[in-house]
Amino acid sequence: MDDLYREVIIEHYKNPAYRGHLDPHDIQFADNNPLCGDHIEITLQTASDGTVKDARFDGHGCAISQASADLLIESIIGKPLEEVKKLNKDYILELLGIDLGPVRLKCALLSLKVLKAGVYGLGEASDELVE
Amino acid sequence: MLNTNEIRRDFPILERATAGGARVTYLDSTATSQKPLTVIEAMDVFYRRSNANIHRGVHTLAEEATALYESAREKIARFVNAPSARQIVYTRNATEAINLVAYTWARSNLKAGDLIILTEMEHHSNLVPWHMLAAERGIELDFIPVTEDGLLDLDAYRSLLARDPKLVAFTHMSNVLGTINPAMEIIRLARDAGAVSLVDAAQSVPHLTVDVQALDADFLAFSAHKMCGPTGIGALYGKTELLESMPPFLGGGDMIKEVKLRSFRPNTLPHKFEAGTPAIAEAVGFGAAVDYLTKIGMDNIAAHEHEITEYALERLDEVPGVKVFGPPSDKKGGVTSFTLEGVHPHDVAQILDRDGIAIRAGHHCAQPLHEKFGIPATSRASFYLYNTKEEVDLLVNGLYKVKELFG
Ligand SMILES: Cc1ncc(COP(=O)(O)O)c(C=O)c1O
Repeated sequence: MDDLYREVIIEHYKNPAYRGHLDPHDIQFADNNPLCGDHIEITLQTASDGTVKDARFDGHGCAISQASADLLIESIIGKPLEEVKKLNKDYILELLGIDLGPVRLKCALLSLKVLKAGVYGLGEASDELVE
Repeated sequence: MLNTNEIRRDFPILERATAGGARVTYLDSTATSQKPLTVIEAMDVFYRRSNANIHRGVHTLAEEATALYESAREKIARFVNAPSARQIVYTRNATEAINLVAYTWARSNLKAGDLIILTEMEHHSNLVPWHMLAAERGIELDFIPVTEDGLLDLDAYRSLLARDPKLVAFTHMSNVLGTINPAMEIIRLARDAGAVSLVDAAQSVPHLTVDVQALDADFLAFSAHKMCGPTGIGALYGKTELLESMPPFLGGGDMIKEVKLRSFRPNTLPHKFEAGTPAIAEAVGFGAAVDYLTKIGMDNIAAHEHEITEYALERLDEVPGVKVFGPPSDKKGGVTSFTLEGVHPHDVAQILDRDGIAIRAGHHCAQPLHEKFGIPATSRASFYLYNTKEEVDLLVNGLYKVKELFG
Protein backbone atom coordinates (compact mmCIF):
# COMPACT_ATOMS: atom_id res chain seq x y z
CA MET A 1 0.00 0.00 0.00
CA ASP A 2 2.82 2.43 0.77
CA ASP A 3 6.48 2.75 1.50
CA LEU A 4 6.39 3.25 5.23
CA TYR A 5 4.71 -0.07 5.80
CA ARG A 6 6.68 -2.07 3.25
CA GLU A 7 6.31 -5.78 3.59
CA VAL A 8 9.77 -6.23 5.10
CA ILE A 9 8.92 -3.83 7.91
CA ILE A 10 5.65 -5.54 8.75
CA GLU A 11 7.41 -8.90 8.50
CA HIS A 12 10.23 -7.93 10.88
CA TYR A 13 7.69 -6.38 13.23
CA LYS A 14 5.50 -9.44 13.35
CA ASN A 15 8.20 -12.11 13.26
CA PRO A 16 11.42 -10.64 14.59
CA ALA A 17 14.37 -13.03 14.39
CA TYR A 18 16.43 -11.33 17.06
CA ARG A 19 13.92 -10.59 19.80
CA GLY A 20 15.15 -11.83 23.14
CA HIS A 21 17.59 -11.34 25.94
CA LEU A 22 21.08 -12.80 26.12
CA ASP A 23 22.34 -14.11 29.44
CA PRO A 24 25.20 -13.86 30.11
CA HIS A 25 25.99 -10.71 28.16
CA ASP A 26 28.87 -8.26 27.97
CA ILE A 27 26.81 -5.21 27.14
CA GLN A 28 23.29 -4.29 28.15
CA PHE A 29 21.43 -1.03 27.66
CA ALA A 30 17.79 0.09 27.57
CA ASP A 31 15.94 3.31 26.86
CA ASN A 32 12.52 4.73 26.03
CA ASN A 33 11.20 7.09 23.45
CA PRO A 34 9.30 9.38 25.82
CA LEU A 35 7.03 10.63 23.07
CA CYS A 36 5.29 7.34 22.45
CA GLY A 37 6.55 5.01 25.13
CA ASP A 38 8.56 2.81 22.77
CA HIS A 39 11.03 0.76 24.78
CA ILE A 40 14.12 -1.08 23.56
CA GLU A 41 16.64 -3.16 25.46
CA ILE A 42 19.70 -4.56 23.76
CA THR A 43 21.95 -7.30 25.12
CA LEU A 44 25.19 -8.16 23.37
CA GLN A 45 28.03 -10.66 23.64
CA THR A 46 31.45 -9.72 22.33
CA ALA A 47 34.06 -12.04 20.81
CA SER A 48 37.73 -11.93 21.82
CA ASP A 49 38.63 -10.30 18.49
CA GLY A 50 36.44 -7.29 19.32
CA THR A 51 33.51 -8.22 17.11
CA VAL A 52 29.87 -8.73 18.02
CA LYS A 53 29.43 -12.42 18.77
CA ASP A 54 25.68 -12.28 19.28
CA ALA A 55 22.98 -9.77 20.15
CA ARG A 56 19.27 -9.52 20.90
CA PHE A 57 16.72 -6.77 21.41
CA ASP A 58 13.63 -6.73 23.56
CA GLY A 59 10.89 -4.20 24.15
CA HIS A 60 7.72 -2.87 22.66
CA GLY A 61 6.71 -0.12 20.32
CA CYS A 62 5.52 0.72 16.85
CA ALA A 63 6.34 -1.28 13.74
CA ILE A 64 9.06 1.16 12.74
CA SER A 65 10.91 0.99 16.07
CA GLN A 66 10.70 -2.77 16.41
CA ALA A 67 11.48 -3.59 12.78
CA SER A 68 14.47 -1.28 12.75
CA ALA A 69 15.75 -2.93 15.94
CA ASP A 70 15.48 -6.35 14.36
CA LEU A 71 17.18 -5.23 11.16
CA LEU A 72 19.90 -3.48 13.10
CA ILE A 73 20.73 -6.48 15.27
CA GLU A 74 20.76 -8.74 12.25
CA SER A 75 23.23 -6.43 10.55
CA ILE A 76 25.73 -6.02 13.37
CA ILE A 77 26.41 -9.61 14.31
CA GLY A 78 30.00 -10.32 13.31
CA LYS A 79 30.86 -6.63 12.94
CA PRO A 80 33.76 -5.08 14.89
CA LEU A 81 32.53 -2.94 17.80
CA GLU A 82 34.65 -0.09 16.46
CA GLU A 83 32.50 -0.15 13.35
CA VAL A 84 29.29 -0.29 15.34
CA LYS A 85 30.36 2.90 17.08
CA LYS A 86 30.37 4.69 13.74
CA LEU A 87 26.86 3.73 12.61
CA ASN A 88 24.49 6.64 12.12
CA LYS A 89 21.06 7.69 10.98
CA ASP A 90 21.72 7.03 7.33
CA TYR A 91 22.65 3.45 8.09
CA ILE A 92 19.23 2.83 9.67
CA LEU A 93 17.37 4.57 6.87
CA GLU A 94 19.21 2.39 4.40
CA LEU A 95 18.30 -0.75 6.35
CA LEU A 96 14.65 0.28 6.40
CA GLY A 97 14.70 1.48 2.82
CA ILE A 98 12.33 4.37 3.55
CA ASP A 99 12.33 8.07 4.24
CA LEU A 100 10.92 9.25 7.55
CA GLY A 101 9.53 12.47 8.98
CA PRO A 102 11.00 13.87 12.21
CA VAL A 103 8.56 12.12 14.55
CA ARG A 104 8.92 8.64 13.14
CA LEU A 105 12.66 9.09 12.76
CA LYS A 106 12.89 9.03 16.55
CA CYS A 107 11.13 5.66 16.55
CA ALA A 108 13.49 4.32 13.91
CA LEU A 109 16.65 5.53 15.64
CA LEU A 110 15.83 4.37 19.16
CA SER A 111 17.53 0.99 18.76
CA LEU A 112 20.71 2.51 17.34
CA LYS A 113 20.78 5.04 20.14
CA VAL A 114 20.47 2.27 22.72
CA LEU A 115 23.06 0.13 20.97
CA LYS A 116 25.64 2.90 20.77
CA ALA A 117 25.09 4.05 24.34
CA GLY A 118 25.74 0.46 25.39
CA VAL A 119 28.81 -0.04 23.23
CA TYR A 120 30.31 3.25 24.38
CA GLY A 121 29.42 2.38 27.97
CA LEU A 122 27.52 5.61 28.53
CA GLY A 123 25.18 6.31 31.40
CA GLU A 124 22.56 7.86 29.19
CA ALA A 125 21.53 7.62 25.55
CA SER A 126 21.48 10.97 23.82
CA ASP A 127 20.18 11.97 20.40
CA GLU A 128 23.63 13.17 19.39
CA LEU A 129 24.77 9.55 19.22
CA VAL A 130 22.80 8.94 16.05
CA GLU A 131 23.07 12.20 14.18
CA MET B 1 -27.97 16.69 16.69
CA LEU B 2 -26.46 19.98 15.63
CA ASN B 3 -26.69 21.01 12.01
CA THR B 4 -23.11 20.11 11.17
CA ASN B 5 -23.49 21.17 7.53
CA GLU B 6 -23.96 24.69 8.74
CA ILE B 7 -21.39 24.51 11.54
CA ARG B 8 -18.67 23.07 9.32
CA ARG B 9 -18.94 26.12 7.06
CA ASP B 10 -17.63 28.14 10.00
CA PHE B 11 -14.42 26.08 10.07
CA PRO B 12 -12.54 26.55 6.80
CA ILE B 13 -9.77 24.17 7.85
CA LEU B 14 -12.18 21.22 7.70
CA GLU B 15 -12.33 21.65 3.92
CA ARG B 16 -8.63 21.23 3.36
CA ALA B 17 -7.02 18.20 1.81
CA THR B 18 -4.21 16.30 3.51
CA ALA B 19 -1.02 14.94 1.94
CA GLY B 20 -2.75 11.86 0.56
CA GLY B 21 -5.42 13.99 -1.14
CA ALA B 22 -8.29 13.13 1.20
CA ARG B 23 -10.25 15.83 3.03
CA VAL B 24 -9.22 16.09 6.67
CA THR B 25 -11.30 14.18 9.21
CA TYR B 26 -10.34 15.95 12.39
CA LEU B 27 -10.78 13.71 15.42
CA ASP B 28 -8.22 15.37 17.68
CA SER B 29 -10.10 18.24 19.32
CA THR B 30 -9.07 17.08 22.76
CA ALA B 31 -5.52 18.13 21.86
CA THR B 32 -6.72 21.38 20.35
CA SER B 33 -9.95 22.41 18.68
CA GLN B 34 -10.28 24.03 15.29
CA LYS B 35 -11.18 27.72 15.12
CA PRO B 36 -14.29 29.21 13.56
CA LEU B 37 -14.12 32.17 11.18
CA THR B 38 -15.56 34.54 13.78
CA VAL B 39 -12.55 33.91 16.03
CA ILE B 40 -10.01 34.19 13.22
CA GLU B 41 -11.69 37.38 12.01
CA ALA B 42 -11.96 38.95 15.45
CA MET B 43 -8.20 38.68 15.85
CA ASP B 44 -7.60 39.86 12.31
CA VAL B 45 -9.84 42.90 12.81
CA PHE B 46 -8.12 43.65 16.10
CA TYR B 47 -4.73 43.83 14.37
CA ARG B 48 -6.13 45.80 11.44
CA ARG B 49 -8.08 48.35 13.50
CA SER B 50 -7.40 48.44 17.22
CA ASN B 51 -3.92 47.16 17.97
CA ALA B 52 -2.15 48.97 20.83
CA ASN B 53 -0.82 48.07 24.21
CA ILE B 54 -3.38 47.99 27.00
CA HIS B 55 -3.77 49.80 30.32
CA ARG B 56 -1.06 52.29 29.45
CA GLY B 57 -2.19 54.87 26.99
CA VAL B 58 -4.92 57.41 26.55
CA HIS B 59 -4.97 57.44 22.79
CA THR B 60 -7.86 56.02 20.82
CA LEU B 61 -6.20 52.76 19.90
CA ALA B 62 -5.00 52.08 23.45
CA GLU B 63 -8.46 52.72 24.82
CA GLU B 64 -10.07 50.51 22.23
CA ALA B 65 -7.58 47.71 22.78
CA THR B 66 -8.05 47.90 26.55
CA ALA B 67 -11.83 47.86 26.21
CA LEU B 68 -11.70 44.84 23.90
CA TYR B 69 -9.29 42.99 26.20
CA GLU B 70 -11.45 43.65 29.24
CA SER B 71 -14.79 42.97 27.57
CA ALA B 72 -13.47 39.56 26.51
CA ARG B 73 -12.74 38.92 30.18
CA GLU B 74 -16.34 39.77 31.01
CA LYS B 75 -17.62 37.36 28.38
CA ILE B 76 -15.42 34.60 29.76
CA ALA B 77 -16.62 35.34 33.30
CA ARG B 78 -20.26 35.09 32.19
CA PHE B 79 -19.49 31.89 30.28
CA VAL B 80 -18.45 30.05 33.45
CA ASN B 81 -20.86 32.09 35.60
CA ALA B 82 -18.13 33.78 37.65
CA PRO B 83 -19.63 36.44 39.95
CA SER B 84 -17.16 39.02 38.65
CA ALA B 85 -14.70 39.46 35.79
CA ARG B 86 -12.11 40.38 38.43
CA GLN B 87 -12.02 36.69 39.28
CA ILE B 88 -10.84 35.71 35.80
CA VAL B 89 -7.06 35.89 35.49
CA TYR B 90 -5.66 35.52 31.99
CA THR B 91 -2.84 32.98 31.75
CA ARG B 92 -1.07 31.34 28.82
CA ASN B 93 -3.10 28.16 29.18
CA ALA B 94 -4.59 25.77 31.75
CA THR B 95 -1.09 24.58 32.61
CA GLU B 96 0.02 28.06 33.59
CA ALA B 97 -3.19 28.60 35.55
CA ILE B 98 -2.44 25.50 37.63
CA ASN B 99 1.18 26.57 38.08
CA LEU B 100 -0.01 29.99 39.21
CA VAL B 101 -1.91 28.36 42.07
CA ALA B 102 1.05 26.11 42.87
CA TYR B 103 3.50 29.02 42.96
CA THR B 104 1.38 31.54 44.80
CA TRP B 105 -1.41 30.03 46.88
CA ALA B 106 0.30 26.73 47.62
CA ARG B 107 3.77 28.14 48.32
CA SER B 108 2.35 30.64 50.78
CA ASN B 109 -0.12 28.30 52.47
CA LEU B 110 1.40 24.82 52.56
CA LYS B 111 4.26 23.51 54.66
CA ALA B 112 6.24 20.28 54.95
CA GLY B 113 4.06 17.29 55.67
CA ASP B 114 0.86 18.86 54.31
CA LEU B 115 -1.17 16.61 52.02
CA ILE B 116 -2.41 17.34 48.49
CA ILE B 117 -4.91 14.94 46.95
CA LEU B 118 -4.75 14.39 43.19
CA THR B 119 -6.16 11.57 41.07
CA GLU B 120 -4.63 8.80 39.00
CA MET B 121 -6.20 10.19 35.85
CA GLU B 122 -4.51 13.59 35.84
CA HIS B 123 -2.89 15.21 32.85
CA HIS B 124 0.81 15.89 33.45
CA SER B 125 -0.07 19.57 33.85
CA ASN B 126 -1.94 18.78 37.06
CA LEU B 127 0.79 16.43 38.31
CA VAL B 128 4.19 17.93 37.63
CA PRO B 129 3.56 21.34 39.31
CA TRP B 130 2.70 19.39 42.44
CA HIS B 131 5.71 17.06 42.07
CA MET B 132 7.87 20.17 41.92
CA LEU B 133 6.22 21.64 44.99
CA ALA B 134 6.46 18.34 46.85
CA ALA B 135 10.19 18.08 46.11
CA GLU B 136 10.81 21.66 47.15
CA ARG B 137 8.67 21.78 50.27
CA GLY B 138 8.29 18.22 51.48
CA ILE B 139 4.58 18.25 50.66
CA GLU B 140 2.88 14.87 50.47
CA LEU B 141 0.86 13.75 47.48
CA ASP B 142 -1.77 11.05 47.37
CA PHE B 143 -4.10 9.94 44.65
CA ILE B 144 -7.76 9.04 44.26
CA PRO B 145 -7.57 5.67 42.49
CA VAL B 146 -9.19 5.01 39.13
CA THR B 147 -11.40 1.93 38.91
CA GLU B 148 -11.19 -0.69 36.15
CA ASP B 149 -14.05 1.04 34.29
CA GLY B 150 -12.34 4.42 34.41
CA LEU B 151 -14.17 6.14 37.27
CA LEU B 152 -12.77 7.73 40.40
CA ASP B 153 -13.08 5.57 43.48
CA LEU B 154 -15.01 7.93 45.75
CA ASP B 155 -14.90 5.61 48.76
CA ALA B 156 -11.14 5.71 48.61
CA TYR B 157 -11.40 9.49 48.28
CA ARG B 158 -13.44 9.67 51.49
CA SER B 159 -10.73 7.78 53.37
CA LEU B 160 -8.05 10.06 51.95
CA LEU B 161 -10.01 13.05 53.21
CA ALA B 162 -9.68 11.76 56.76
CA ARG B 163 -5.96 12.61 56.49
CA ASP B 164 -6.66 16.34 56.60
CA PRO B 165 -5.62 17.37 53.06
CA LYS B 166 -4.99 21.03 52.32
CA LEU B 167 -5.81 20.86 48.62
CA VAL B 168 -7.79 18.60 46.31
CA ALA B 169 -6.82 19.14 42.65
CA PHE B 170 -8.56 17.02 40.04
CA THR B 171 -9.61 16.93 36.43
CA HIS B 172 -13.27 17.62 35.67
CA MET B 173 -13.06 15.50 32.53
CA SER B 174 -10.31 13.04 31.64
CA ASN B 175 -8.54 13.71 28.35
CA VAL B 176 -7.91 9.97 27.95
CA LEU B 177 -10.91 8.13 29.33
CA GLY B 178 -13.42 10.91 28.76
CA THR B 179 -14.73 10.34 32.29
CA ILE B 180 -16.78 13.27 33.58
CA ASN B 181 -16.00 13.34 37.27
CA PRO B 182 -18.64 14.30 39.83
CA ALA B 183 -16.97 17.66 40.46
CA MET B 184 -19.69 19.08 42.66
CA GLU B 185 -19.51 16.18 45.07
CA ILE B 186 -15.70 16.06 45.07
CA ILE B 187 -15.58 19.78 45.89
CA ARG B 188 -18.24 19.55 48.60
CA LEU B 189 -16.40 16.69 50.31
CA ALA B 190 -13.12 18.61 50.05
CA ARG B 191 -14.73 21.67 51.60
CA ASP B 192 -16.23 19.59 54.43
CA ALA B 193 -12.74 18.30 55.12
CA GLY B 194 -11.34 21.83 55.18
CA ALA B 195 -9.44 21.54 51.89
CA VAL B 196 -9.24 24.02 49.02
CA SER B 197 -10.31 22.70 45.61
CA LEU B 198 -8.75 23.19 42.19
CA VAL B 199 -10.55 21.95 39.08
CA ASP B 200 -8.60 21.24 35.92
CA ALA B 201 -11.39 22.20 33.55
CA ALA B 202 -9.28 22.11 30.38
CA GLN B 203 -11.60 19.47 28.93
CA SER B 204 -14.88 20.35 30.61
CA VAL B 205 -15.26 24.06 29.85
CA PRO B 206 -15.01 23.42 26.07
CA HIS B 207 -17.58 20.63 26.12
CA LEU B 208 -20.03 21.05 29.00
CA THR B 209 -21.89 23.81 30.76
CA VAL B 210 -19.58 24.72 33.62
CA ASP B 211 -20.90 26.95 36.40
CA VAL B 212 -18.21 27.84 38.92
CA GLN B 213 -20.77 29.01 41.47
CA ALA B 214 -22.88 25.87 41.26
CA LEU B 215 -19.69 23.80 41.55
CA ASP B 216 -18.49 26.04 44.38
CA ALA B 217 -14.93 25.58 43.07
CA ASP B 218 -12.14 27.54 44.72
CA PHE B 219 -9.96 27.51 41.60
CA LEU B 220 -10.75 26.41 38.06
CA ALA B 221 -8.33 26.35 35.11
CA PHE B 222 -8.95 26.18 31.36
CA SER B 223 -7.39 26.93 27.95
CA ALA B 224 -8.88 28.91 25.06
CA HIS B 225 -7.37 26.73 22.34
CA LYS B 226 -9.46 23.71 23.27
CA MET B 227 -12.70 25.71 23.04
CA CYS B 228 -12.51 27.22 19.56
CA GLY B 229 -10.20 30.01 20.70
CA PRO B 230 -6.56 30.75 19.88
CA THR B 231 -3.45 29.23 21.43
CA GLY B 232 -1.42 31.28 23.89
CA ILE B 233 -4.23 32.20 26.28
CA GLY B 234 -6.15 30.54 29.07
CA ALA B 235 -7.77 31.50 32.32
CA LEU B 236 -7.75 30.89 36.02
CA TYR B 237 -10.97 31.46 37.92
CA GLY B 238 -10.57 31.91 41.66
CA LYS B 239 -12.67 32.87 44.64
CA THR B 240 -12.09 36.52 45.45
CA GLU B 241 -10.89 36.09 49.01
CA LEU B 242 -8.34 33.49 47.89
CA LEU B 243 -7.08 35.58 44.98
CA GLU B 244 -6.87 38.64 47.24
CA SER B 245 -4.85 36.77 49.83
CA MET B 246 -2.34 35.32 47.38
CA PRO B 247 1.02 36.91 46.60
CA PRO B 248 1.59 37.92 42.97
CA PHE B 249 2.91 35.40 40.45
CA LEU B 250 5.36 36.93 37.97
CA GLY B 251 6.70 40.42 38.53
CA GLY B 252 6.79 43.23 35.99
CA GLY B 253 4.67 45.86 34.35
CA ASP B 254 0.88 45.91 34.70
CA MET B 255 0.86 43.81 37.87
CA ILE B 256 1.85 46.76 40.06
CA LYS B 257 0.09 49.71 41.57
CA GLU B 258 3.28 51.52 42.48
CA VAL B 259 6.99 50.82 42.16
CA LYS B 260 9.82 52.37 44.17
CA LEU B 261 13.48 51.65 43.65
CA ARG B 262 13.46 49.06 46.38
CA SER B 263 9.82 47.96 46.60
CA PHE B 264 6.47 47.67 44.87
CA ARG B 265 2.80 47.45 45.70
CA PRO B 266 0.82 44.89 43.73
CA ASN B 267 -2.10 45.88 41.57
CA THR B 268 -5.72 44.94 42.30
CA LEU B 269 -7.40 41.84 40.91
CA PRO B 270 -7.05 40.44 38.36
CA HIS B 271 -4.10 42.54 37.12
CA LYS B 272 -1.97 41.54 40.09
CA PHE B 273 -1.41 38.21 38.32
CA GLU B 274 -0.87 39.55 34.80
CA ALA B 275 2.70 40.79 34.49
CA GLY B 276 3.94 42.22 31.22
CA THR B 277 2.17 42.73 27.91
CA PRO B 278 -0.33 39.90 27.65
CA ALA B 279 -1.75 38.07 24.64
CA ILE B 280 -4.13 40.87 23.70
CA ALA B 281 -5.35 39.75 20.29
CA GLU B 282 -5.69 36.25 21.69
CA ALA B 283 -7.89 37.57 24.51
CA VAL B 284 -10.10 39.15 21.87
CA GLY B 285 -10.19 35.80 20.06
CA PHE B 286 -10.99 34.04 23.34
CA GLY B 287 -13.98 36.35 23.78
CA ALA B 288 -15.14 35.63 20.23
CA ALA B 289 -14.83 31.88 20.91
CA VAL B 290 -17.03 32.20 23.96
CA ASP B 291 -19.57 34.15 21.90
CA TYR B 292 -19.53 31.43 19.27
CA LEU B 293 -20.03 28.59 21.75
CA THR B 294 -22.75 30.55 23.58
CA LYS B 295 -24.63 31.12 20.34
CA ILE B 296 -24.69 27.40 19.60
CA GLY B 297 -25.37 26.51 23.22
CA MET B 298 -23.19 24.38 25.46
CA ASP B 299 -26.02 21.97 26.23
CA ASN B 300 -26.58 21.44 22.50
CA ILE B 301 -22.88 20.82 22.00
CA ALA B 302 -22.75 18.32 24.87
CA ALA B 303 -25.81 16.49 23.50
CA HIS B 304 -24.30 16.37 20.01
CA GLU B 305 -21.01 14.96 21.27
CA HIS B 306 -22.85 12.47 23.40
CA GLU B 307 -24.73 11.10 20.41
CA ILE B 308 -21.57 10.80 18.33
CA THR B 309 -19.70 9.15 21.19
CA GLU B 310 -22.46 6.60 21.66
CA TYR B 311 -22.35 5.84 17.98
CA ALA B 312 -18.55 5.61 18.00
CA LEU B 313 -18.55 3.19 20.94
CA GLU B 314 -21.10 1.05 19.16
CA ARG B 315 -19.14 0.98 15.92
CA LEU B 316 -15.76 0.42 17.58
CA ASP B 317 -17.26 -2.48 19.45
CA GLU B 318 -17.84 -4.21 16.11
CA VAL B 319 -14.16 -4.15 15.16
CA PRO B 320 -12.40 -7.32 16.28
CA GLY B 321 -9.32 -6.59 18.39
CA VAL B 322 -10.41 -3.10 19.44
CA LYS B 323 -10.48 -2.44 23.17
CA VAL B 324 -11.97 0.84 24.37
CA PHE B 325 -10.89 2.33 27.71
CA GLY B 326 -13.12 4.34 30.00
CA PRO B 327 -16.65 4.34 31.33
CA PRO B 328 -19.89 3.83 29.39
CA SER B 329 -21.14 6.74 27.30
CA ASP B 330 -23.48 8.14 29.97
CA LYS B 331 -20.50 8.90 32.21
CA LYS B 332 -18.19 10.39 29.65
CA GLY B 333 -17.64 13.13 27.13
CA GLY B 334 -16.53 12.90 23.51
CA VAL B 335 -13.18 11.20 24.06
CA THR B 336 -12.55 7.60 23.01
CA SER B 337 -9.21 5.96 23.69
CA PHE B 338 -8.61 2.47 22.41
CA THR B 339 -6.04 -0.10 21.44
CA LEU B 340 -6.05 -2.36 18.40
CA GLU B 341 -4.59 -5.76 19.11
CA GLY B 342 -1.18 -6.35 17.54
CA VAL B 343 -0.76 -2.83 16.20
CA HIS B 344 0.99 0.00 18.00
CA PRO B 345 -1.11 3.20 18.28
CA HIS B 346 1.53 5.12 16.33
CA ASP B 347 1.07 2.81 13.41
CA VAL B 348 -2.70 3.08 13.69
CA ALA B 349 -2.51 6.88 13.62
CA GLN B 350 -0.02 6.91 10.77
CA ILE B 351 -2.05 4.61 8.57
CA LEU B 352 -5.29 6.51 9.28
CA ASP B 353 -3.48 9.69 8.30
CA ARG B 354 -3.21 8.31 4.75
CA ASP B 355 -6.94 8.83 4.50
CA GLY B 356 -6.80 12.24 6.14
CA ILE B 357 -8.05 10.94 9.49
CA ALA B 358 -6.38 12.79 12.36
CA ILE B 359 -6.31 10.97 15.68
CA ARG B 360 -3.82 11.15 18.51
CA ALA B 361 -1.52 8.30 19.50
CA GLY B 362 0.60 8.06 22.62
CA HIS B 363 0.04 8.51 26.32
CA HIS B 364 -1.72 11.87 25.87
CA CYS B 365 0.27 13.48 28.68
CA ALA B 366 -1.19 10.98 31.13
CA GLN B 367 1.58 8.44 31.55
CA PRO B 368 0.64 7.27 35.06
CA LEU B 369 -2.89 6.49 33.90
CA HIS B 370 -1.57 4.36 31.05
CA GLU B 371 0.74 2.57 33.45
CA LYS B 372 -2.26 1.85 35.64
CA PHE B 373 -3.94 0.12 32.72
CA GLY B 374 -0.70 -1.63 31.81
CA ILE B 375 -0.37 -0.16 28.33
CA PRO B 376 2.32 2.17 27.00
CA ALA B 377 0.03 4.04 24.65
CA THR B 378 -3.46 4.29 23.19
CA SER B 379 -5.08 5.72 20.09
CA ARG B 380 -7.55 8.48 20.82
CA ALA B 381 -10.39 9.80 18.71
CA SER B 382 -12.17 12.82 20.10
CA PHE B 383 -15.25 14.69 18.94
CA TYR B 384 -16.48 18.25 18.95
CA LEU B 385 -19.39 20.24 17.62
CA TYR B 386 -18.25 19.94 13.99
CA ASN B 387 -17.85 16.16 13.93
CA THR B 388 -20.34 13.82 12.28
CA LYS B 389 -21.33 10.16 12.39
CA GLU B 390 -19.95 9.83 8.85
CA GLU B 391 -16.55 10.68 10.28
CA VAL B 392 -16.94 7.87 12.80
CA ASP B 393 -17.62 5.57 9.85
CA LEU B 394 -14.45 6.79 8.14
CA LEU B 395 -12.52 6.02 11.32
CA VAL B 396 -13.91 2.51 11.53
CA ASN B 397 -13.24 1.84 7.84
CA GLY B 398 -9.71 3.07 8.41
CA LEU B 399 -9.25 0.66 11.30
CA TYR B 400 -10.24 -2.22 9.04
CA LYS B 401 -7.57 -1.08 6.61
CA VAL B 402 -5.00 -1.08 9.41
CA LYS B 403 -5.98 -4.61 10.33
CA GLU B 404 -5.65 -5.72 6.74
CA LEU B 405 -2.17 -4.27 6.45
CA PHE B 406 -0.99 -5.90 9.65
CA GLY B 407 -2.98 -9.05 8.78
C1 LIG C 1 -7.27 17.46 31.22
C2 LIG C 1 -6.25 18.42 30.73
N1 LIG C 1 -5.64 19.23 31.59
C3 LIG C 1 -4.73 20.14 31.20
C4 LIG C 1 -4.35 20.24 29.89
C5 LIG C 1 -3.30 21.23 29.54
O1 LIG C 1 -3.77 22.19 28.68
P1 LIG C 1 -2.74 23.24 28.08
O2 LIG C 1 -1.70 22.46 27.38
O3 LIG C 1 -3.58 24.06 27.16
O4 LIG C 1 -2.22 24.01 29.22
C6 LIG C 1 -4.94 19.41 28.95
C7 LIG C 1 -4.52 19.49 27.53
O5 LIG C 1 -4.29 18.51 26.86
C8 LIG C 1 -5.91 18.49 29.38
O6 LIG C 1 -6.50 17.67 28.50
